[in-house]
Amino acid sequence: MGTAELASILWLTLKLALVTTLCLLVVGTPIAWWLARTRSRFRDVVASVAALPLILPPTVLGFYLLIALGPSGPGGWLAGLSGGRTLAFTFEGLVIGSVVYSLPFVVQPIRNAFEAFGERPLEVAATLGASPWNAFFTVALPLARPGFLTAAILGFAHTIGEFGVVLMIGGNIPGETRVISVAIYDLVESGDWGTAHLLSAGLVLFSFTVIMVMLRLGSARGEG
Amino acid sequence: MKLLSRLFSLLVISGMLLPFAAARSLAGEVRIAVASNFSVPAREIARAFETATGNKVTASFGSTGKIYAQIVQAAPFDIFLSADQERPQLLEQQGLAVSDSRFTYALGRLALYAGGTDVKGPGLLVADRSDRIAIANPELAPYGRAAVEALAKLFPDEDFGSRLVQGENISQTLQFVETGNARLGLVAYSQVISQAAAQYWLVPEGLHSPIAQDAVLLKSADANPVARAFMDFLRGSEAENIIRRYGYSAHVRGGS
Amino acid sequence: MDRIAVAVSGGKGDFRLDMAFDTPANGVSVLFGPSGCGKTTILRCIAGLERMPGNVMVAGQVWQDDSKGVFLPPHHRAAGYVFQEASLFAHLNVRENLEFGRKRRMAQPAQGPSVDEMAGLLGIAHLCNRKPKHLSGGERQRVAIGRALLSAPRLLLMDEPFTGLDRQIKKETISLFLDLRKRLGIPALYVSHDMAEVAALADVMIVMADGSKVTQGLPSEIFEKVELQSATGRFEAGTLVVATVSDKDSQYDLTRLDLSGQALFLPGVDAAVGEKVRLRIRARDVSLALGRPTGISIRNILSGQITEVVAEADTAFAETVVDIGGSRIRARITRMAVDELGLVPGKEVYALVKSVSFDRRV
Repeated sequence: MGTAELASILWLTLKLALVTTLCLLVVGTPIAWWLARTRSRFRDVVASVAALPLILPPTVLGFYLLIALGPSGPGGWLAGLSGGRTLAFTFEGLVIGSVVYSLPFVVQPIRNAFEAFGERPLEVAATLGASPWNAFFTVALPLARPGFLTAAILGFAHTIGEFGVVLMIGGNIPGETRVISVAIYDLVESGDWGTAHLLSAGLVLFSFTVIMVMLRLGSARGEG
Repeated sequence: MKLLSRLFSLLVISGMLLPFAAARSLAGEVRIAVASNFSVPAREIARAFETATGNKVTASFGSTGKIYAQIVQAAPFDIFLSADQERPQLLEQQGLAVSDSRFTYALGRLALYAGGTDVKGPGLLVADRSDRIAIANPELAPYGRAAVEALAKLFPDEDFGSRLVQGENISQTLQFVETGNARLGLVAYSQVISQAAAQYWLVPEGLHSPIAQDAVLLKSADANPVARAFMDFLRGSEAENIIRRYGYSAHVRGGS
Repeated sequence: MDRIAVAVSGGKGDFRLDMAFDTPANGVSVLFGPSGCGKTTILRCIAGLERMPGNVMVAGQVWQDDSKGVFLPPHHRAAGYVFQEASLFAHLNVRENLEFGRKRRMAQPAQGPSVDEMAGLLGIAHLCNRKPKHLSGGERQRVAIGRALLSAPRLLLMDEPFTGLDRQIKKETISLFLDLRKRLGIPALYVSHDMAEVAALADVMIVMADGSKVTQGLPSEIFEKVELQSATGRFEAGTLVVATVSDKDSQYDLTRLDLSGQALFLPGVDAAVGEKVRLRIRARDVSLALGRPTGISIRNILSGQITEVVAEADTAFAETVVDIGGSRIRARITRMAVDELGLVPGKEVYALVKSVSFDRRV
């Protein structure tokens, strides 16, 4: 595997993780907000669905995604808008899969952060004349910042480490869907253990750094 | 069980009994590791072997690369039915397989498949250039390598590059086609043999190098008469019938 | 129409609330009652943070009227709310907390004090760049009050905001708040279960028990009513009297006050000669004697006439009311003393006052 190919794999992996993290925050925040505030009896149902990817094997998710992204699913319809047949094997499809796969890692910390400060700051904001939307953006979001930070780090890291889903819906297309975890799998399968070692060690180092940073953030907050 | 097989070894070495007879008269066990693409025929062959000899077959399935890695790490298998020739060769070179035990038990055939719609011939591959073509990863799977070769022979001037999507193995390649995510696929004939003949086009063998699947007896089973019996059974006509029925071509009788 | 008229009724679990009152929309009305009697729920209903069937009218504005289906959301009500815990926004510094209210006010934006003026009035100007977690409890509540006042509310709702503060800080903060409130002319509804606070703050007192109103009136009147003990609490029972500062004794550091023609001596009265002040005398701090005692350390001995004697069933005690030239004080003494001294209405007695607390300038 050449340097250019390695660089392309790393860049694609980073790009996927970044785009996925952004989408996760956009999708996860309203879900977390609803879960933290609602008294609906469907809360636990929704919470369970949002947590499913934690437990389901990636193959199950990958299998359903393959069908959902394909011509007979909503993904195929979406792809049809731009003349395509399926969202599988595309970067966009990979982003969708990754968002589903990492959703619990983003929803949970944000929900916890929203629950931690309770109703009071929002009540104060309302009595001071802030509309619910205004209170959400000027009070709830800033107060939940630590939760968002944790969520972003977890979502990013989890996407980097994602394998099963990508394997099943990616199609291993260089520059489009061939990310680092799949590349490592291929390297091991084809016997190129040297390069596999290199990339694997890189991922280990990356994961270690992520966990260290999170622990550091956690203890910094605890002292504050 | 261990004591028994040790006893057998003594008997075999002293040449007092034929391995086959021994296996038939006293039940033993053989552990085979099989490449996933051959799992269905392998199960049937195993059943036939059990019926014929009264021995027990324990089969594990996985990708060729994974099984190879496991064998290198001393996995407890007696026989390896690979999907390629390289891995059995490597095991031989590394001294992990019994030398001269290796032979090609099946030759795979490639088929062009469109998920259930009729396939008249290879023209479909270039009929609509927006169609994705699923193939197995050519780096990992002989079917993938064969697919790339066949495409190059069929359409030397065509650039398929961005239309190809790769499954990690031939099963996933079929999955891409079955779910409709890829319109076409170059899959294993064995996978579509149960479909109506009009729904696939069998790629002529001359368009690619043989997809040879080799079996090898592992070193740890050198003295296991049941394992040797299974190797013999795999070459026999009963197994051959099963293998053919599943869409593989005739064995190349080589090796021993 | 400058009134605050509230009527809400409803239930939450076992708790029933059925409360109606009408009080002037100026000065401080105190909603007084034991913990758990529903005071906080009333405030929350007025602010719109909670909804119960009823009506809420504040200074001519309808905030809730179920007969017309009106229920303004909290952010349209212009109710400043100061909670028991300061509840400052942890992500904003003091200045930003103050600005939060001012930016979103519904009234004319230009009127009233600026953020800097308010910080100056509250004595927190030097804290403007600090985050709430670096403030003391008293400082936090001052910021919370300033924040609520800067939102230019039509009504200030206060839910025991000074409860956690130590005595001296509490005293200072209360007088600061009273001055500021008067200056801005914003009416306040204040929830409390502490008699000392009521004495210091209340222009009107609304007594609550078990989810409904017991009585309403001037604090001095209500404090005299022996029969309200169950609502006001035995231990803290007492009366409010108004006295005039007549002299300052620098030699002993005492202030001489005139109470209906008789002298009272008090330390630490923050008022000038000629000013009227409100004093609180607790019933348990008053003893009675038939003759003027001599050779005793108590300086405040007032002569008067017994007007009322109420024996407490099931206890050793009786409550008596003594008229001191028009001001009335209460004494809590044993029933045995009542019988042995022959204390009946009309009897001339001397009230020995062990302790008087100065509450505020009138």
